[in-house]
Amino acid sequence: MAMLTNRRKNFVVAMSLIAPFVLIFALVFLYPTIRMVQLSFTEGPLIGQGQWIGLENYRELLTDNLFYTSLKNNGYFVLLTVVPTTVLALLIALAVNRLSGRLQAVMLMIFFLPYILPVSVVTMIWAWMLDFQFGILQPVFAFFTGKPVPVFKNPSWVMPMVAVVTIWWTNGFNVLLFIAGLRNIPSELYEASALDGATKRQQFFRVTWPLLWPVTTLVLTLQLILQLKIFDQVYLLSNGGPFNSSYVLLLMVYREAFQLNHGGYASAIALVLFLVIVVVSVLQFQLLRAGGKRQ
Amino acid sequence: MTTTRRIENLIMTGLTCLGAAIWFFPIYWAFVTSIRSEDRVVSDEAGLIPDEFNLGSYIDALFNTQMLNWYLNSIVTSVVITVVVIISGMMCAYAISQLRFAGRRLLYVVVLGSFMVPTQALVVTQFILMDTLGAINTWTGIILPQLIVPVVIIVYKQFFDAVPKEMREAVVLDGGGEYSLLFRIYLPLNWGITTALAIVTFIMSWNQFFWPFLVVTTEDMMTIPVGITQVNDAFGVFYARLMSVALLGAAPVAIAYLIFQKRVTEAVMISSGVKG
Repeated sequence: MAMLTNRRKNFVVAMSLIAPFVLIFALVFLYPTIRMVQLSFTEGPLIGQGQWIGLENYRELLTDNLFYTSLKNNGYFVLLTVVPTTVLALLIALAVNRLSGRLQAVMLMIFFLPYILPVSVVTMIWAWMLDFQFGILQPVFAFFTGKPVPVFKNPSWVMPMVAVVTIWWTNGFNVLLFIAGLRNIPSELYEASALDGATKRQQFFRVTWPLLWPVTTLVLTLQLILQLKIFDQVYLLSNGGPFNSSYVLLLMVYREAFQLNHGGYASAIALVLFLVIVVVSVLQFQLLRAGGKRQ
Repeated sequence: MTTTRRIENLIMTGLTCLGAAIWFFPIYWAFVTSIRSEDRVVSDEAGLIPDEFNLGSYIDALFNTQMLNWYLNSIVTSVVITVVVIISGMMCAYAISQLRFAGRRLLYVVVLGSFMVPTQALVVTQFILMDTLGAINTWTGIILPQLIVPVVIIVYKQFFDAVPKEMREAVVLDGGGEYSLLFRIYLPLNWGITTALAIVTFIMSWNQFFWPFLVVTTEDMMTIPVGITQVNDAFGVFYARLMSVALLGAAPVAIAYLIFQKRVTEAVMISSGVKG
């Protein structure tokens, strides 16, 4: 009997410990997820009741050109950012890691600083630097192309420039992960391989690179998820334009839900985005892990 | 070291410094612009070197916009988010790590799973929920959906798992329950990780744009990252003013980072799992 009350007491304590998290989770996470699925089968507005229309929203989505444009732009943006930022971060990490003392601390600070800025600060600064009339970078464009370029109003420039801004903003985080990875490599490995007469290049490809692979996997996965969810920079820099050339899925969700008042349709798009991100990240993680094992 | 190696080293260091200079340039340029007068900013003589020290646009930004209001909103919401996330996450992680109860495993799987879920995809129905709760344009509305940070639980669990079991016994012999174990043993042993997680959570919520941008529509309830984009609309193109606003918006977290640099970088490393 004492045993039983004791066990019951333990259960009550456990429940009280997990209650705050579980209740908040159910309210702002679980319930909205279920509601999103539900809503995606209706033609409801953002606020208010809507009629059940089955798969109609999804059928409409499959014939919506803007959906394919957004999907394509999301993919293009991923190509422009994920691998380039990973390579750049690795190079910067290697460069910073060979410095020491104060100089290293200052360099790391400079490369990390943009990451802690709010996104709107970042876009304001870059919009000013790339300003068509007075931007400090326009002479550089003029030098290469012969004339100033209104980068966020030009369909072929807009996504690459948003990618540059994004990389500048978020790269510091990846640098940090790579530096942590480099510091985790035991120095004896370098000493041993140096004694065996390994060159710097051999050391990099035989020691550094294989041991850094888990961190590289992490960086690639986190970046892929992050860049698929792009909204802020595109909204603030080009608002999806010009001619929808920077229109992305999350922007489509925003427009449909909050500007066109199509709650049901927006939920269907959001659910597709949700699934795309989950599937892609699980797939990529498995692939990269398999790649790591083979080495 | 041979001479060629030394020269090679010098060149590498030089290149790194050059890279850092390029990387820092946008912030430098924003600062130079912010301390110029508007006329100077767009004149042909405006060079790369600061040539004026004019704080007019800072004063203008602070007192002729709702900047002070936005600071207040950002501070209140970020502090509440940080405190709630840390305490609720710590308690939940302790239960998962130290207690045996039905549903423990399922709970942890849910936490791990929600780590992968893109919360941005939930904004439509989260907005509807906030409308039902009457929380649009309130601190509550800004705060609530940001209270789920699964990584806090994941990291705490790893650290609690590593605490030696013998530590429990002294408290248990004294007749202390799980709460005194958590707050007298497990929390003090993990102050380092607690500050790290708090720093990361605070920076994350301070910089949050998308959700506050959706849930707040009146200017006086905006947070810093959302509010400063309004100045853009109101003033048109006055770049010194804009850059002052941007730098003022960035200042609190940036200054905190410069002071606690090592702590912040360590916190980021720990919470991404690359350093234990």
